[in-house]
Amino acid sequence: MPSEFTSTLNSSTLEAGQTQLKIDGLQLNFGGVAALYNISLEVKQSEILAIIGPNGAGKTSLLNCISGLYHPQRGKITYFNSSEHEMTHMKPHQIAQLGVARSFQNIELFRHMTVLDNLLSGCHIHMKTDLFSSMLYWGKAQREHIQFRRFVEDIIDLLEIEAIRYQTVGSLSYGLQKRVEMGRALAMRPSLLLLDEPMAGMNSEEKEDMARFVLDINEEHGVTIVLIEHDMGVVMDISDRIAVLNFGQKIGEGTPDEVRRNPVVIEAYLGEEHSPYPLRSKL
Amino acid sequence: MISGIFHSTYEQDMALRHTHAQKIRLAILIVFLLVFPFLANRYYLTLANQIGIAVIGAIGLNILVGYTGQISLGQGGFMAVGAYTAGILTARMGMPWWASTLVACFVTAGVGAAFGLPSLRLKGLYLAIATLAAQEIILWVVTHWKAVTGGVDALVVPNPELFGIRMNTDFNFYWLVWALVILVTFASVNLFRTRFGRAFIAIRDQDIAASVMGVDLFKYKLLAFAISSFWVGLAGALTAHYRSIVTWERFTIDVSVLYLAMIIIGGLGKITGSYLGAIFMTLLPAVLSNLGRVVKGVFPGVEGIIPFIQQATFGLVIILFLILEPEGLNKIWKNIKDYFRLWPFSY
Ligand SMILES: Nc1ncnc2c1ncn2[C@@H]1O[C@H](COP(=O)(O)OP(=O)(O)OP(=O)(O)O)[C@@H](O)[C@H]1O
Ligand SMILES: [Mg+2]
Repeated sequence: MPSEFTSTLNSSTLEAGQTQLKIDGLQLNFGGVAALYNISLEVKQSEILAIIGPNGAGKTSLLNCISGLYHPQRGKITYFNSSEHEMTHMKPHQIAQLGVARSFQNIELFRHMTVLDNLLSGCHIHMKTDLFSSMLYWGKAQREHIQFRRFVEDIIDLLEIEAIRYQTVGSLSYGLQKRVEMGRALAMRPSLLLLDEPMAGMNSEEKEDMARFVLDINEEHGVTIVLIEHDMGVVMDISDRIAVLNFGQKIGEGTPDEVRRNPVVIEAYLGEEHSPYPLRSKL
Repeated sequence: MISGIFHSTYEQDMALRHTHAQKIRLAILIVFLLVFPFLANRYYLTLANQIGIAVIGAIGLNILVGYTGQISLGQGGFMAVGAYTAGILTARMGMPWWASTLVACFVTAGVGAAFGLPSLRLKGLYLAIATLAAQEIILWVVTHWKAVTGGVDALVVPNPELFGIRMNTDFNFYWLVWALVILVTFASVNLFRTRFGRAFIAIRDQDIAASVMGVDLFKYKLLAFAISSFWVGLAGALTAHYRSIVTWERFTIDVSVLYLAMIIIGGLGKITGSYLGAIFMTLLPAVLSNLGRVVKGVFPGVEGIIPFIQQATFGLVIILFLILEPEGLNKIWKNIKDYFRLWPFSY
């Protein structure tokens, strides 16, 4: 893992297009009900992969398996960084150490902290000062803090949240909280960024901003992004590839155009609406 | 809200005490602490020393409960570990008081971490019950391990001396305990400026998100128990050396509840809250007992029920506080500060 700080937000060592995450025959049961059934999926370095599907399809469960919050009954998840890591049974904090960062469908910020402290807590895995020096807060600890404070300031600029730095996140609007949560994930210098419905519940202007940030992060910093989103307009616009889940199974995968024309996908969504973008009827 | 203060560099921005008002308040506090022992009589010195010990214990408990969100009813037990470790090492093995105090801190940290193990599985009320068990187990050991602790009999500790000066006179102990209070305060404030403190707060606010950010819940919860208990052990050890006598009655469940009340009334998750709570909970009984004496003089007939009235008042004041200002004394203090910060333009 790179120890020296560079200006980039991306900590991956792979070349664009190399396989970064490999999911193999994943099965996840909740008391006899399969939330995920035989899911196989590959994520390539520096792509934006969207995961779509109706409510309850298993999208969040899949992300939870990747970040170690759920442990699948069957299957294997392998992560490629400088070396190969089998992470099916790792703890969440170990997976975080590998550079996998995420945001949550229902905002899970540290509510009583300021925006700044939320972002700084995202830097946790990169901070090294020992307990004693921390309590002394002299020299080493102070220098480390300043270094990370500078770094976090870049994220604040990127996400255009300068004005709310010192505010407690609990007092912010929903849209801003979503933005801060993405910032906190970015503060991990992710090699892989998982976003669970980053635009849900936003107005169209906020959505546009968010889409722009996601593209920035991907294009300028090369961060691989796996994104769950219900807004088909956004999904078709920004993703390189799309995987479609339905009742825990992967029913389609490909470029936006391929997915749009895939008869199985259309079939799965026919029950809801008949338009070419029917994939999301409810929020 | 602060307005009109702008920091141009991160270094300035992060300076520990960064407004004039804060500097002035700190200066006033330091002058007061330096002058106080020369003006106060023995009674007030005793109170100041009790408050000092309580502040250290309350900061310790606040780190665990207020900052990390792990409820503990084991405070009395952990203080007992500190007091008995320090007392036994000095009384039976002749260790200097400062050395036994230091060892007591580490021993209590270890015991605290061990009793923190259930926190990995239990939350909220369930954890409260588990720590209550810690309290009971520790007191049971203290009262039954006669050969070492002396059982229910008092453990007499020799007077602490430094360069031939007796340290537990009220005047001398004052300097010792308040120097330590300041040390503990700075270390704890600093802790919450670094990854450790942020990890604790993260665990309190949203433990799942914390783990996904790379916080090892196992390690950091135990660490919170250990650091908290380290300070609590210090408070216990200081009690032993100050009183020169250690008895188990001083560390019952009442103490655990008292300290919880301190940090709730003072302000959870705030260092100033620990101060205010410790001051309030130490002074209130003193004020009530003085009032009782006055009332006794005026109405000699009610003498018998005065202790009950005192206890009821104690409870009543606490309940009133919780109803009127659920965020504790710290919030009231903050409101006062905000008023004066904007003064004379406040309205
Ligand atoms: N912790 C859990 N315990 C029991 N069942 C669960 C749990 N988490 C998810 N499920 C079930 O697994 C299935 C998939 O849920 P999941 O949250 O992954 O869907 P989703 O695709 O993210 O849906 P949405 O679009 O509504 O967010 C659902 O039937 C859900 O009830
Ligand atoms: Mg979901």
